[in-house]
Amino acid sequence: MRKYSIFALAREAMRQHKGWEEQWGSPEPKSSYDVIIIGAGGHGLGTAYYLAKEHGIRNIAVLEKSWLGGGNTGRNTTVIRSNYLYDESAGLYNHALNMWDNLSQDINYNVMYSARGVMMVAHNVHDVQVLKRHVHANRLNGVQNEWLSPQEAKEFCPPLNISKSCRYPIMGAALQRKGGTARHDAVAWGYARAASDLGVDIIQNCEVTGIRRAADGSVAGVETGKGFIGAKKVGVVAAGNTSHIMQMADVRMPLESFPLQALVSEPLKPIFPCVVMSNSVHTYISQSDKGELVIGAGTDQYTSYAPNGSLHITNHNLEAICELFPIFSRVKMMRTWAGTVDVTPDRSPILAKTPVKGLYVNCGWGTGGFKATPGSAHVFAHTIANDAPHKINEFFTLERFKTGRLVDESAAAAVAH
Amino acid sequence: MLYIRCPYCEEYRPEIEFRHAGEAHIVRPTNMAEISADEMEEFLFIRENKRGIIFERWRHIHGCGRFFNCVRDAVTDQIIMTYKSGEPKPSDAEIEKAILALKEEQA
Ligand SMILES: Cc1cc2nc3c(=O)[nH]c(=O)nc-3n(C[C@H](O)[C@H](O)[C@H](O)COP(=O)(O)OP(=O)(O)OC[C@H]3O[C@@H](n4cnc5c(N)ncnc54)[C@H](O)[C@@H]3O)c2cc1C
Ligand SMILES: [Zn+2]
Repeated sequence: MRKYSIFALAREAMRQHKGWEEQWGSPEPKSSYDVIIIGAGGHGLGTAYYLAKEHGIRNIAVLEKSWLGGGNTGRNTTVIRSNYLYDESAGLYNHALNMWDNLSQDINYNVMYSARGVMMVAHNVHDVQVLKRHVHANRLNGVQNEWLSPQEAKEFCPPLNISKSCRYPIMGAALQRKGGTARHDAVAWGYARAASDLGVDIIQNCEVTGIRRAADGSVAGVETGKGFIGAKKVGVVAAGNTSHIMQMADVRMPLESFPLQALVSEPLKPIFPCVVMSNSVHTYISQSDKGELVIGAGTDQYTSYAPNGSLHITNHNLEAICELFPIFSRVKMMRTWAGTVDVTPDRSPILAKTPVKGLYVNCGWGTGGFKATPGSAHVFAHTIANDAPHKINEFFTLERFKTGRLVDESAAAAVAH
Repeated sequence: MLYIRCPYCEEYRPEIEFRHAGEAHIVRPTNMAEISADEMEEFLFIRENKRGIIFERWRHIHGCGRFFNCVRDAVTDQIIMTYKSGEPKPSDAEIEKAILALKEEQA
């Protein structure tokens, strides 16, 4: 793999950009691999990369039913933060947050991580109490988060309306300065390129349709559109389609799949410096480097695999934006879309071994797993390589729904992504 | 936006009149204190979440206020039929028939 650098850019500029190589290979599948990862989103590609880089396993395939990064990874609104409530979450999400710092250098791909700050605004006494509780819990865990007065919030984000006479006045805000955004596609492409360079086979247009088991019940491989492919270890990293795939191995999951929509405006000059989220008015917003306002809210109410969702959700979302930022009331919206998100009962992910030997699952990230991509991939690779969880993900088991040891982040997850 | 027929009001109304209420035909155990952890997990948390024909509950919250059940294709979002709560789960044959009827209606 030829390294990307300012010199490479200059060299290619001199010869009309004719020397760029393909970023990853498109091999035909071999008859078997040491490890198969199902799903080429950020988490799946990252898992393959860390398996190859840190655990010396090079004989790996990532199977993707359509194109890599075309699932939720390429559809998300890229909010990155780690200010969840519980100790278990602090460990997992902060591990990921710290990895964003050097991710671009590590995979030699500019993922455009921008620590522009994530601010959650409070509109009533309950919001103030809840957000302050988060600030305190986070700080005890060494997770950055601070409380701002309305004036301080406005200084940090000038478009904010802090007038006392508006319908939902802002009573303060919790700010995580290290939170921010990154380029979603670049995360998938960068991991794909780096993994491919270490010998990982990324096989697109290859849907997994069955999981074959050996006589002792352990995993023997997968049936695909391109035939049977053998592997003693299979990691399922398929977001909204996880229940469907786990059913192929007779494992029933505590998951429901919902449409989650987002939208972007026409491009504007830089006007919005950070990410603002409001749980009460129910919306969040940031501005991409292309200038579009990136806007999202909650899922649709019904479960579905159709990535559409209903129009009234968009409507409600934009009403909330106009309420918080009247200056955007005449901005035109350019595109809306949806993904299929896999939601657990406690809104925390599952990163674990399963009752089937050799079958591992990384799912349940629901509406908010992009932020965790590097950390999740890193500890999941550890789990597969060692057939045992890393200390950081040992709480995020499948069994917790039996034992009752939930990591209940439904409050921290609300509108927030 | 889904367009849903309330089997009590016997009318098609837009989705905003309704509240989704999760998977249908999950029976609440009557001996809650005695059941095993497995059974409790199954009741509380495990969901079919099928990529195909699903059974779900809706409540006509801005109408008659009543709960009812619905058969929908979770891949296309097409609603195949709705029926009153307490009525038996439609059989594969009944669903097949309803799908054919819908196709004829559209043709
Ligand atoms: C609109 C929207 C906004 C979001 N906003 C945020 C946000 O601001 N911040 C945040 O942190 N998170 C956000 N999320 C959540 C985030 O996108 C996901 O949690 C995360 O990207 C999941 O990554 P993944 O790699 O696990 O899944 P995906 O990227 O969905 O990858 C899974 C892959 O598996 C493939 N697959 C499925 N079935 C099969 C099969 N049978 N065989 C082979 N391959 C298969 C799919 O095609 C897909 O490419 C948002 C999600 C959406 C939809
Ligand atoms: Zn009714």
